Amino acid sequence: MTIRLVVLAVLMWAVTYPWRAVPLLTPGIDRLPPSMLAYLRLVGPAVLSSVAAANVLVVTHPDGSHHLHFGVEAAAVLVCVAVVAWRRHVLPGLVVAVAIVAVARAAGLS
Amino acid sequence: MYGIAAHNAHFSVAEAMSMSLLPFAGASQLAAVGDVAQHLPWATIVLFTALLNARHLLYSASLAPRLRHVPRLRRACMAQVLTDEAFALSSGHFRRIGRVDVPGYWVAALAAVFIPFNLATLAGALAGGAIPDPNRFGLDVIFPAAMAGLAVGLTTARRDIVAAGAGGVIGVVCTVTLGAGAGIVAGGLLGPAVALAFPDRHPPAASDPDLPGTRATTGTAAVTPGRTRDLRSMP
Repeated sequence: MTIRLVVLAVLMWAVTYPWRAVPLLTPGIDRLPPSMLAYLRLVGPAVLSSVAAANVLVVTHPDGSHHLHFGVEAAAVLVCVAVVAWRRHVLPGLVVAVAIVAVARAAGLS
Repeated sequence: MYGIAAHNAHFSVAEAMSMSLLPFAGASQLAAVGDVAQHLPWATIVLFTALLNARHLLYSASLAPRLRHVPRLRRACMAQVLTDEAFALSSGHFRRIGRVDVPGYWVAALAAVFIPFNLATLAGALAGGAIPDPNRFGLDVIFPAAMAGLAVGLTTARRDIVAAGAGGVIGVVCTVTLGAGAGIVAGGLLGPAVALAFPDRHPPAASDPDLPGTRATTGTAAVTPGRTRDLRSMP
């Protein structure tokens, strides 16, 4: 069993952990002005939707270039959003999204 | 999915598990598997990991005012398991119950994410060849669908919706032009700024009693009993 890549994992941790820890450990963050706190409150929806949208709407070609692409995965995520907004549960949305993509791929549409 | 990818890229079980235990960041782990398979220099992989995970700074900054009463050592431990999913589940939970719930954070981060993710990594790394391609069954859509669904769970007012919409649009445009890590961070940074330009007609969960500088209001949709079940049903 090789362990060479464990060193890489440690290096990846070394550049990931500070992103997660520095604001949490910074003293005085509770004394930020209300406008900044209102801004931070809005970060969650913005980042999560940014992650989701970039994941399904952008494809990376082998040459490293990025292109906009609207495929069945994007449609499935939109349906998921509608189902979650309707049912106020994430699970039904996920089930519907997976089913859409699975059926589309089985039918050769994706 | 990561465990299978690592297995197919000839990672040993120890190597695959070390990435799930230490950086514990699925997207950058999957990217690293591809990069290692392409024999990219480690410096490039580490740089790309830093860029891809920069969004965690925003999660941490968003949670920090709420967790200011938690002892510093415990906050340092909480940071280790602060992922997309842990942030979305815990902050949604905090909003629903109207206060900070540290045990709830651990349930979201450890029981719902860290432990299942590492068990799945172990299964994939041990039996990767025997498991059929998960993409065939559409399982690769779970991550973006979960992120979008969890974002919906955090939108309780007009500004939240604007932040989510603007974050998504900016994230896509900047990902196409700047690349994945920078694009996602741009969406997370600029989306809230766009939202703040809109008047908030229904200031809702800003009424967080644990969040200094926010007003106390009552009767918000975010804490209705019907929604308290959401966290339990989330994956």
